[in-house]
Amino acid sequence: MKEPMYKSARDLPSAHLLGAGTAMCAGCGGLEVVREAYDVLGENTVFVNAAGCMTLMSVYPFTPFRGSWLYTAMASAPAGAQGVRDALDIRRAKGELEAGDDLEVVVLTGDGAGYGMGLSATSAAIDRGLDFLYLCYDNEGYGNTGQQTSPATPHGARTATDGALAGVAGEKKDLFGIWVANRPTYAATVVGSEPLDLARKVARAKSRSGPRLILALAPCPTGWGFEPSETVAIGHLAVRTGIWPLKEYVDGRVEHTRRPHPRLPVTDYLKTQARFAHLFEPEPNEQVLAEIQASVDAYWDAVE
Amino acid sequence: MTRTLLTGNGAAAWGARLARADYLPAFPITPQTEIIETLARWIDMGEMDCRMATLESEHSMITAAGAAAATGVRVFTATSSQGLLYGMEMLYTVAGWRVPLVMINVSRGLAAPITLETDHNDILAARDSGFLQLHCATCQEVVDAVLLAYRLAEDPAVRLPVIVNLDGFHLSFTREPVELPDGDLADRFLPTFDPGPGEIRAGKPTSQAVAVLGGGPYSYFRYECHLAALAALEVHRRNVDEYAGLTGRRYDALECYRADDAEVVFVMLGSFATKAKAAVDQLRQAGRPVGLVRPRLLRPFPEADLRRALAGKVAVAVIDQNLSIGKGGVLHGEISGALHGVSGAPPVIASFIGGLGGRDITAEEFFEIAGQTARAAESGQVPPPRLLYTLHELAEMRKLQAIAHVERQEEVPGP
Repeated sequence: MKEPMYKSARDLPSAHLLGAGTAMCAGCGGLEVVREAYDVLGENTVFVNAAGCMTLMSVYPFTPFRGSWLYTAMASAPAGAQGVRDALDIRRAKGELEAGDDLEVVVLTGDGAGYGMGLSATSAAIDRGLDFLYLCYDNEGYGNTGQQTSPATPHGARTATDGALAGVAGEKKDLFGIWVANRPTYAATVVGSEPLDLARKVARAKSRSGPRLILALAPCPTGWGFEPSETVAIGHLAVRTGIWPLKEYVDGRVEHTRRPHPRLPVTDYLKTQARFAHLFEPEPNEQVLAEIQASVDAYWDAVE
Repeated sequence: MTRTLLTGNGAAAWGARLARADYLPAFPITPQTEIIETLARWIDMGEMDCRMATLESEHSMITAAGAAAATGVRVFTATSSQGLLYGMEMLYTVAGWRVPLVMINVSRGLAAPITLETDHNDILAARDSGFLQLHCATCQEVVDAVLLAYRLAEDPAVRLPVIVNLDGFHLSFTREPVELPDGDLADRFLPTFDPGPGEIRAGKPTSQAVAVLGGGPYSYFRYECHLAALAALEVHRRNVDEYAGLTGRRYDALECYRADDAEVVFVMLGSFATKAKAAVDQLRQAGRPVGLVRPRLLRPFPEADLRRALAGKVAVAVIDQNLSIGKGGVLHGEISGALHGVSGAPPVIASFIGGLGGRDITAEEFFEIAGQTARAAESGQVPPPRLLYTLHELAEMRKLQAIAHVERQEEVPGP
């Protein structure tokens, strides 16, 4: 499939496919991503959903999607995508469906399923070379249940289950790296606050077949503790501090699509969110702040 | 019709082939694996037009099965035991999607302790899932049940998935003569797959399996599922008549063997009922009026048929090849519930647990069950539930325990 060119923001789709009035929270960074990605994917898309915040997108009898939707369970959305993809292929081979009846099969999952419970089903779908797009909105915690620690929660963040002063002791899992190690056709990180970068990557993913990852940082006002109006600004800071590298894996190589120069200190990002407030008050936790900065520096040192 | 020797697994595979299943999501597990290997070979040889996908778990397998059925193809899949339980979340889920598909379960006891041999705790764990259940006693019944299962699942009044159950080893690996229906006969009985109202395709947007808010819509959809399952009783009756007309083989919801004039009736599921039949013949020769009632259809539960078959009997002995821990035999509870308050209900419904983990049930044990149950009817005293277990077995168990004990003591480090 030919890839549309998005040279500037003026080239982005002006007609928006996603309907308004979903049950998502105000300022939801995941919804921002779905909205932008859907415009590029088009209405001939079936979303196969894993349990998470977005499961409440379609509540009987309403849906914001012009295309189709299938909710599965938390662990097995990629297997649901396998069943849909295979059945579409079987029906096309039998002549029951025309080429125009075909659909882009998109798994829509949060980080709770994507980094954890659903990882086995995802890995196996990549092994099988399943032709699907895997869209993960990463709000860095089990957001739908009130932001408990997930495998995507970053070091030092406080969550509903890691409320101690130091926050989460572990490190955020590298889902992009796991995908790349499985040699998919395409993988990219995005954030809704960078719509042009996002549209280019979704278009590139759509133009290819096979297993494809779009991993989106999804700033979460309720889970991270910031005003809904700050979602875009926090997305920008995540990129400019180097905390959320924008990159893509294509033709066997990882390329960064944005190299923040100069990188802002991570504290610019951390201090915007209540989940990191304990690192600043009543006393700055210099050790944890230094650990976070060192981890970001080490990442970019390795890149550059 | 072709007469051939087939294992239960081979018969299950033939059922899928005759049904022209389009899609086979699979995952291996003993004693089911021969089914998917047989189908895979046919697909590779071009003898069967079907697509196979090996998933990484039964949970994913059942998800893919449901999703493909929702997208409009005829799906066949198979599992057993631990696999059925690993996929349990998706059994409830895809039944709620109202997608017709057929899954084989080859019954095998559940861990722990782990075993490969048969009993019915696996399939009974799926009892309330919304999958309908057909239970088989012979390899012939397996191939026929697969065709009946598709016809039932795809009926517009039903639209629910169906499990066809066969016992591990005793059926799965046992060769029996099987009459295979001809392909065109199977085609006549089973029309081309109808995707139903909500197939997933472009230009026909649909939202499936969506959330509901509140108990009102939830209760509505769940009860609608229940009503569809109940409607399956009548649909299956019609299908059985039609199938009997085509093949001469009849598979009513209940198999009643010498039950009409029986005073004491065995009730049990699955292939071990063939052992009960042999015992009934021997008891009859000895002048004892004993019969057998075997539910083939367990969900929907053929309650009215059971009442008719068992009302007026002197006593019923329910032999459960399963154990609900802390309660007892599952089928015993179901039969008791069906007969409760019914006029003419047998005064004695005795419970026996046997055949767990592939343990045999011997003819002598059936004789003893019949005797105890008849005596209970005379005395009016319902006996407590009994586990079929012999002194010899206990002695063997004690030997194993003695060995385990000695081994453990040898491992204790010295002072």
